[in-house]
Amino acid sequence: MKVLVCISQVPDTVAKIVLKDNNTVVDESGITFILNPYDEWYALVRALELKETGVAETVHVIMVGRAATEPIIRKALAVGGDEAIRIDADSTDSYAIANYIAEYAKSEAYDLILCGKESIDYANGAVGPMLAELLDTDFIGFATNIAVAGTTATVKREIDGGEETDEVNLPVVISCQKGVAEARIPNMRGIMTARTKPLKVITPATVTALTSVTHYELPPAKASVKLIAPDQMDELVNLLHSQAKVI
Amino acid sequence: MSVIVLVEHTAGTIKKKSLEAVQYASEIAKKLGTTATAVIAGKVEETELKNLGGYGAQKVLYVADDRLNELHARAFTRVLVAAAKQENSPIIVALHDVNGRAIAPRVAIQLKAGLISGALSYPDTDKGFIVKKSAFSGKAFAFVNVNSDVKVILLAPNSFPLVKADGEAVIENFNVSFEDKDFGIKVKSVDVITGEVPLSDAELVVSGGRGMKGPENWGLIEDLAHALGAATACSRPVADSGWRPHHEHVGQTGGTIRPNLYIAAGISGAIQHLAGVSGSKTIVVINKDPEAPFFKAANYGIVGDVMEVLPRLTEAVKKFKAEHH
Ligand SMILES: Cc1cc2nc3c(=O)[nH]c(=O)nc-3n(C[C@H](O)[C@H](O)[C@H](O)COP(=O)(O)OP(=O)(O)OC[C@H]3O[C@@H](n4cnc5c(N)ncnc54)[C@H](O)[C@@H]3O)c2cc1C
Ligand SMILES: Nc1ncnc2c1ncn2[C@@H]1O[C@H](COP(=O)(O)O)[C@@H](O)[C@H]1O
Repeated sequence: MKVLVCISQVPDTVAKIVLKDNNTVVDESGITFILNPYDEWYALVRALELKETGVAETVHVIMVGRAATEPIIRKALAVGGDEAIRIDADSTDSYAIANYIAEYAKSEAYDLILCGKESIDYANGAVGPMLAELLDTDFIGFATNIAVAGTTATVKREIDGGEETDEVNLPVVISCQKGVAEARIPNMRGIMTARTKPLKVITPATVTALTSVTHYELPPAKASVKLIAPDQMDELVNLLHSQAKVI
Repeated sequence: MSVIVLVEHTAGTIKKKSLEAVQYASEIAKKLGTTATAVIAGKVEETELKNLGGYGAQKVLYVADDRLNELHARAFTRVLVAAAKQENSPIIVALHDVNGRAIAPRVAIQLKAGLISGALSYPDTDKGFIVKKSAFSGKAFAFVNVNSDVKVILLAPNSFPLVKADGEAVIENFNVSFEDKDFGIKVKSVDVITGEVPLSDAELVVSGGRGMKGPENWGLIEDLAHALGAATACSRPVADSGWRPHHEHVGQTGGTIRPNLYIAAGISGAIQHLAGVSGSKTIVVINKDPEAPFFKAANYGIVGDVMEVLPRLTEAVKKFKAEHH
């Protein structure tokens, strides 16, 4: 079985967001970029577990992005991917990203494609289901457990107000969240071997982006907190009713 | 031409967040000088369908197929694409939830449409088609322009207050021919969390952190949640320690919620926690440490011991409810 893990790079959660050029651009100078946590901790680690238990033969990682993303791709190889593919294109629009990945994945016949529940920058969660539609396969979103036996995947996933267990035939695209696996820290050997693992760069035919960010806004500064004495809970309830109007 | 909106129901009862989506779609339709058409599938009674008129849907396309009581995203995609073609729709609206997010991106591929997820505003059509959404875990808002002819919007629940008007929708039975592959996912078991308000839809949420000390004290959180009619949530270490189930964990790695009221008891307010709750309209923080970072993100703060403050707050809520109902 061949597994493909889709990875993206995102600003570190603790990064402070500073805007420039009339609020049209995020100032990246002070930002550390990381491998999207859902891709790294859950999708990639589960793929590696499937390989370690003999269910999968190979684990490839794929990233749509410019050359600057290569350190992040190497990180995924250090965690344990066998081989990486970078599609040299801008990664601003889910529609374009999904088309680029689909174009490549079609010729490789992957049995299982794992992605994260969402990228933590824009939280779209759109690339996975779009990819499934383009590849004419099923998509299971928000998985919390993935098992594969033969040509069948058994997947536990979040549904509105609960959980459900599904069975689906391979090939399939699954998006992963907490529960699917436990995060791993790359060891020294992983970091050393990552340098020599293949990282293939592909120049695709351009797909036109259908969306773009025109500008950003920072949330209004929160007015300072109103403190209420611990024995004045009636006052709090009244404020929640008459001032905040939430009860 | 009409704006299409996908409507979800639970065992035949239309979800409140879907009524919000219908209202949202019909407001957009009004601006465009057209109407909104609701699309719904599964087993739903006629009165429930007609009700959608009260939220602005002029017409309901109803697919009476019991298989669609379950989330078969490919079948729903087929339904929406067929509806969009029949109605010549420039815009398709669904919810930014587990269902909408499995279906709408597929529809976007079929219709070559740009997708906006987690929409927080009506589209601004003065200079394009621009919708506001949250970005970078709530640390900024991004304004996204869609430049395709057809647009797909996933509306963030609890973004607009619901107003019911008079009106009945016209119901049209909508026939779609499915293929076997549309039902390729076999549902083996369903585990619905009953007897509680589902967290993702809740307007009021009471949440506990490590300051609650242990699962034996969760009765204090539950009592307050019960008095308010609120859902319960928790910080990540609480779920990791097994004090609470994982689906209650909110934050960067857990759920993202935007309730009207978020009460945080014994939670420090780490940035990764705030990532999941900073969209809450009103935040109340109870913490014994006046330096806890959460106070900076709070509207109301109580510096005190959760073990004492929570029971008092629960009593005050009960008293208030008794006086106001
Ligand atoms: C990559 C990454 C992702 C993460 N994702 C998440 C996430 O999704 N969600 C999440 O929540 N965290 C997440 N975390 C963890 C986060 O950084 C914090 O460690 C966590 O939120 C702390 O939980 P807490 O506030 O319950 O506990 P603590 O930080 O231990 O805080 C307990 C608070 O309770 C107060 N307290 C103690 N006793 C009492 C009392 N008797 N009365 C009143 N107050 C009291 C203390 O003053 C303290 O402020 C993540 C961390 C990382 C590195
Ligand atoms: N540029 C990209 N290259 C490869 N995979 C991506 C890219 N962006 C997103 N993905 C995958 O799609 C998932 C959902 O991302 P998004 O739709 O951006 O929220 C991520 O968790 C990744 O698995």
